Amino acid sequence: MNLTSGQFWTSPITFAVFLPLIGVLVMLLIPKANEDLHKGIALVASLLTAAVGVVIHTQFEYGDAKTLQGVVDAEWIPFIHSRWIVGLDGISLPMFYLAMFVVPLCIIYSWNHIPHPGNAKAFMILLLVLETGMLGSFIAHDLILFFVFFEIVLLPMYFMIGVWGGENRQYASIKFFLYTLFGSALMIISFLAVFFLTKDAAGLALETFDMRLLTQHGRSIPWATAVVIFGGMFVGFGIKVPIFPFHTWLPDAHTQAPTVGSVILAAVLLKLGTYGFIRIALPILPQAAESWSPVIGLVASIGIIYGALCCLAQTDMKRLIAFSSVAHMGYVMLGIATLTDFGINAAIFGMVAHGLITGMLFFIAGSAKDRYHTLEIKRLGGLLVSAPRMGWILGLSTMASLGLPGLAGFWGEFPAILSAYSPKYPDRATLFFGWSQVVVFRGFMVVAALGTVLAAGYLLWLYQRVAFGTPPEEFADDPNIHDVTPFEWAAWLPMLVGIVVLGIYPNLIFKITNPAVTMVVQNAFGNGG
Amino acid sequence: MFAVEQIPFTTPTLDFHALAPEFVVVGTIVVLVLVDLFTDELSKRVTSAIAGLGLIAALIPVLTLAASDESRSMFGGAYVVDRYSVILKALFLVSGYIVVLMSTHYIGEGDYWEGEYYTLILASVLGMMMMGSSRDMVTIFISLELLSIPAYMLAAWRKRDLDSGEAGMKYYLMGVFATAIMLYGISLLYGFAGTTLLSGIATAIDTGKAQSGVSLAIVFVLVGFAFKISAVPFHTWAPDTYQGAPTPVTAFLAVASKAAGFVALINLVFIAFPGQGTVVRAMLVPLAAITMTVGNLIALRQTNVIRMLAFSGVAQAGYMLVPLAVADLLPPDRADEAMRALLIYLVIYAAMNLGAFAVVISVARRTGSAEIESMRGMFQWAPGMMMALSIFLGGFAGIPPAGGWFGKFVIFKTAMDAGPRVGYFLAGLIAVNSVIAAFYYVRIIWTMVSHSPDDIAQQPLRTPAALRAAVLITSAVVVLTGIVPSLVSRITDTAVIVSTPSAIQVEAPPTTVAPPP
Repeated sequence: MNLTSGQFWTSPITFAVFLPLIGVLVMLLIPKANEDLHKGIALVASLLTAAVGVVIHTQFEYGDAKTLQGVVDAEWIPFIHSRWIVGLDGISLPMFYLAMFVVPLCIIYSWNHIPHPGNAKAFMILLLVLETGMLGSFIAHDLILFFVFFEIVLLPMYFMIGVWGGENRQYASIKFFLYTLFGSALMIISFLAVFFLTKDAAGLALETFDMRLLTQHGRSIPWATAVVIFGGMFVGFGIKVPIFPFHTWLPDAHTQAPTVGSVILAAVLLKLGTYGFIRIALPILPQAAESWSPVIGLVASIGIIYGALCCLAQTDMKRLIAFSSVAHMGYVMLGIATLTDFGINAAIFGMVAHGLITGMLFFIAGSAKDRYHTLEIKRLGGLLVSAPRMGWILGLSTMASLGLPGLAGFWGEFPAILSAYSPKYPDRATLFFGWSQVVVFRGFMVVAALGTVLAAGYLLWLYQRVAFGTPPEEFADDPNIHDVTPFEWAAWLPMLVGIVVLGIYPNLIFKITNPAVTMVVQNAFGNGG
Repeated sequence: MFAVEQIPFTTPTLDFHALAPEFVVVGTIVVLVLVDLFTDELSKRVTSAIAGLGLIAALIPVLTLAASDESRSMFGGAYVVDRYSVILKALFLVSGYIVVLMSTHYIGEGDYWEGEYYTLILASVLGMMMMGSSRDMVTIFISLELLSIPAYMLAAWRKRDLDSGEAGMKYYLMGVFATAIMLYGISLLYGFAGTTLLSGIATAIDTGKAQSGVSLAIVFVLVGFAFKISAVPFHTWAPDTYQGAPTPVTAFLAVASKAAGFVALINLVFIAFPGQGTVVRAMLVPLAAITMTVGNLIALRQTNVIRMLAFSGVAQAGYMLVPLAVADLLPPDRADEAMRALLIYLVIYAAMNLGAFAVVISVARRTGSAEIESMRGMFQWAPGMMMALSIFLGGFAGIPPAGGWFGKFVIFKTAMDAGPRVGYFLAGLIAVNSVIAAFYYVRIIWTMVSHSPDDIAQQPLRTPAALRAAVLITSAVVVLTGIVPSLVSRITDTAVIVSTPSAIQVEAPPTTVAPPP
């Protein structure tokens, strides 16, 4: 059976997006004292959403992943020519599944980990609203619809950091908020510019936010204007990713956020930025993307090295993982910067892999914090002795994160580096001393490869200091330090399985993404190059 | 000596259907006065109910007018009831109703005069309703005075309170000053055009004769309304008046009164000065830019919620000036969209602002203060109110799902549509300002969620039903417009300002002018 296009009310995609909100409505009616009931409802809502995901899985025509499936094109805001256009294709599907997959695990993990100051009702409601926002962003094919979903995520995340965060939560949450808001303001201006300036073949203004149409007429905006508009999107999406000069909110937000907040931030929210590049910026402004690509590559490789160096300097485990995100997203951006189908495939795989692995690392950091009440790497040690299973899980996750072949991290990192060997336009001169793109990108490739060495360095060093040796004196007989609990197993096992399975059989994702990516690249940049 | 000439007088034909909403409000005012005369002090509370019911009752003819969908013009085209004015009447009636809901306990418990209070509120609402229909300088002036004079008194309603006296006095003096300037502008325009009818003025001043004088007159008229909408640098009355006035009155001033000012500006810019884009733009573009920037920068430093809302209102007025400023640059077939964008913003802004004030009132019942600090830990002692206020503040900042994003978006869109130079400049400025503004909105949310509450605020907050209803209605409107923006835009899409009334002859300019005394 096909995932057919249909009406708003009968589409399983729309249903999946709004199911968490139905859960929220139910929870609003129940007094907050009933904590277990709230957790239960949230879990059921998110599992049902995942079940709808399974239904979508059975209906999705994988052989035809390059076309948009399950399209709903309904009236939404006629005044501004914005329509409710949603659909899934090979690019959005992995991200859509990832969001559905992570949220129930977060709810399970929170079952007895509701951070201070408690209030399970509010916490769960925020998680479900986040899920709606994330799912919606990945299915939207109308710029304004995308923008709205993209923004819906903002307030719940702000609250999550601001209410349930660590010591320095005010600074971190407001920084996160203002950075993101600035990005969205630039984004919306760029969207409007695209709206007014994109013209059809006859030279008439299209005046549409429909991404499907805009991608077809991507080259109608004059080059100079397009470059400026792309700049707006570059900053807007770049803040979310985050790419190098705009990344400073990330370590603070991650460090202060509650465990589940960090997991969702790392696993899904950052991907909204890179997804925006692949889905919106590149196909809608291909000419500008061609000119910007060396710059993107440059900031990506700076991010890789800078993130890695910062990791080496960290004394806090969570902050270290946060900076490793900057480095990993650098690989994703490098893949995107090549503008090749090979690079973008790698980028999408990298997004999924980073979501699982870094999400997992944040889970472990959170659980370690619960046990040790500190994450200062100097004071930790001997995890393999005091909590051996957790130690091994940490080991597996760090290995995956540093890109060990056979685990998921490898397939995001290695092809991204490889793709920089031959960018889409090898002979074009770049801004950098007029060198051709192939020279510049090979330079980036070397830098990125060096980054993997550094990554191995800081991750192994982290693992060594946290897991090896004997437990330090202050924690030697601490009854608080116990091994993995059943709830933690329930939350972590699916992620670990995902990391291993994707590592062994990466084609699981590549075969979905490849047709769609190939088509996007072909539409935007043609076959040649 | 002048010969006394007999001016033929014909009784104007009244369209009673078209005037029904106004009549209902007038009737309610009469009933209120009578009821107030014959009730004793303890049962004055009934006046609030009567006022509320009267406003709701006036909505019924508004709905039938909306359904009938034809434009009715009266008094030689000076008073027009079209879709645009019907939408505005509904907006003013509902805003007035919510203000009554907010006032019920505040006025009742505060030992203030009740009957007179509601009479004045209704009189002011009546003036606003008339403003939507005014298509003549004289009608505009009468509407403006009808809505302003009760407001001057209401601002000073907290008797024996120096701040309130200051509020009323400042508002009155500034308001009268602005009116004087405006009247001067109107008289100049009448001199050039020979008519007070807006459409007549438009045709008369577009001939290019005496352009410098016309420009001066336009600037005077616009300055008068700039006071009303508290645009910088004519905003100085707003913070003190807002802080000193009773809080429901502040809400009324910040929402309804300001909206009425914008309505007058829409009427003027679109009907009277459509050919004078250069003058209007030269005046309004810098005004919009300065207003939004200064308003936001001052709001950053406020420690009192009401003052902060006042300055944020100043900044929002700056955003709202943008569609008016660029209206003339839009493609001709889309000129109406500037007006509609402004209407959308007015509706959503009214809901957000009224809601925010309602929450502030209900919190102040407990803390007795409107300092931001007094909201510490609201997350624990008033979670519902805290969520509502977060929605409103998020709406101001333009974050979905609150409706504010849509209002801001249509303004962005209008600005971008106006083309590269002015439009992009204003759009960029709004973007920067949005980020500045987000900081102080979020800081309040932060105070509410993260600090531990003070000692006085340990037990949960109890809010009277009327206030709860006000918060509920406004937050429902804000969230619904955020998720399904077409709810508003579908209504405003039908708004067309009817300017040229049928079969109205523009009178010839008077040949003899009486010498000034």
